[in-house]
Amino acid sequence: MTLRVDLQIISDWIPDNAHVLDLGCGNGALLKHLQQRNVTGYGLEIDNSKFTECIHSGVNVIQADLDVGLGQFADQSFDFVILSQTLQAVKRPDFLLREIMRVGKQGIIGFPNFGHWQCRVQLGLGGKMPVSKNLPNAWFDTPNIHLCTLKDFEKICDQYGFSVVNRSVVNHEHKDTLGIRLLPNLFGQIAVYLIHNGKS
Amino acid sequence: MSDSLPADSVGLVIPSHLHVETPLDLECGRTLPQFDLIYETYGQLNTDKSNAVLICHALSGDHHAAGFNSLEERKPGWWDSAIGPGKAIDTNHFFVVCPNNLGGCKGSSGPNTINPETGKLYGPDFPIVTVTDWVKSQAILADSLGIQKWAAVVGGSLGGMQALHWAISLPERVAHVLVIAAAPKLSAQNIAFNEVARTAIKSDPEFHQGRYQEFNTVPRQGLGLARMLGHITYLSDEAMGEKFGRELRSGKIQYGYDVEFQIESYLRYQSISFVERFDANTYLLMTKALDYFDPAKEFNDDLTQAVKAIQAKSLIISFTSDWRFSPLRSLEIVNALLSAGKSVSYAEIEATQGHDAFLMPIPRYMEIFASYMQQVAKEVNG
Repeated sequence: MTLRVDLQIISDWIPDNAHVLDLGCGNGALLKHLQQRNVTGYGLEIDNSKFTECIHSGVNVIQADLDVGLGQFADQSFDFVILSQTLQAVKRPDFLLREIMRVGKQGIIGFPNFGHWQCRVQLGLGGKMPVSKNLPNAWFDTPNIHLCTLKDFEKICDQYGFSVVNRSVVNHEHKDTLGIRLLPNLFGQIAVYLIHNGKS
Repeated sequence: MSDSLPADSVGLVIPSHLHVETPLDLECGRTLPQFDLIYETYGQLNTDKSNAVLICHALSGDHHAAGFNSLEERKPGWWDSAIGPGKAIDTNHFFVVCPNNLGGCKGSSGPNTINPETGKLYGPDFPIVTVTDWVKSQAILADSLGIQKWAAVVGGSLGGMQALHWAISLPERVAHVLVIAAAPKLSAQNIAFNEVARTAIKSDPEFHQGRYQEFNTVPRQGLGLARMLGHITYLSDEAMGEKFGRELRSGKIQYGYDVEFQIESYLRYQSISFVERFDANTYLLMTKALDYFDPAKEFNDDLTQAVKAIQAKSLIISFTSDWRFSPLRSLEIVNALLSAGKSVSYAEIEATQGHDAFLMPIPRYMEIFASYMQQVAKEVNG
């Protein structure tokens, strides 16, 4: 089974035998993949059918709502806490980010970049809320209620004292281009950050 | 029931019997010099004896978990919805064992069996057995069947507590544990309900300090009341509302103290039928076993420490409308397992049926249950 590209990026950052928590783990594909490398841990998922898929593939999964936080987990109890393509859909991303860095030694956060030029053009010139491949919903029915740009994300990390250890920015085909390398906040569509507590 | 058995039934079942001559030292300090366990099995034990699943029953359950004991039997075993060919616990893959707990009243040694030392019925002299004792006795049953390790130990309610205790106390003998609609220990409210039930039984004039059989009688009123009370705690307000509402039996108010509302009639029926099939001393004993259950106690009340020994992978399931053992109680178990870094999955099932939901074939519940058991089957078959 091939892994979704953002999950592949994340997987590459996780060493063998690590203990991880995957928030909004979907069908458990990442955890299943990581099991081959002796990575242990849990997924958290609220969607019924995705939850059952996790059970079906033998992935540890806890039915839980991320908006209530991670109170059931002790401080620094995971090597990595992963949140991929879900940050923008939670009620309080700031609260969840702090929770992630409380229970995890490192955090891996992936999100769609609202600073991508197409978003800017649609809003700035078209005067309309952007709709794109990564953000396909209309403003009134979108689950993505807290969108941010790379700059926004890096600012909040700085504010909370989380340092960026690694960053991968790609387009919607999950490719890295010269444009993205030069101007990631303008040309990158999906960003994945590896962050840890404290200044680097 | 009709002449033909349903295709997904384990069919006709004859209970088996184990007599143990080795004395069993009980948690209460007393010893059972010998004892008997009655149990049923479904499916075939494979050659390396690795596909065995233990079913632990709840307060008023017994060894008859699935299928029919005779063609005349009206209803199948108590967990027929989950055990059978193609069902969640698929008897095409698993060898399923369900014993009646010690202290029960369906054939295992208990208050209504003969004390071999006196030749008389045990009655109230049967020692109070605990979940720990049940696990010990069931381990002897496993030995007798040549089962070194259960592919899974599964139970709901008090059965879930037993399953949890199996995984804690004999970790090397449990590969998977499924704890459904259970709690790590009873709350004060749970114990309070049990105490009201016991008081109902003990204050029945026919109780005779538990020696009612010597007087050729049964504390019907008391046991029936205990069951009525218990039954209310097994259902949710919503389920009762859906099933009975304020419906009247005769269509109009009679301004009297006879049964008027359908719910009253239902509870009376439950109480009468229960008295026919259950023993009052066993009811007292089972409620005590529930009250005493507290695996964290010997670990300074730290459940995380208590579950540290567990080697099994676990699935914990709760039901939204269960107020006897609410989802929060299951979460206590889940959180302890998480803190201990154990392999655990947890599902909270939307259900209106209250505590009884664990016995019902609710689609999402059965889907998760079956998916998990398929993984267990895969491991067994390599």
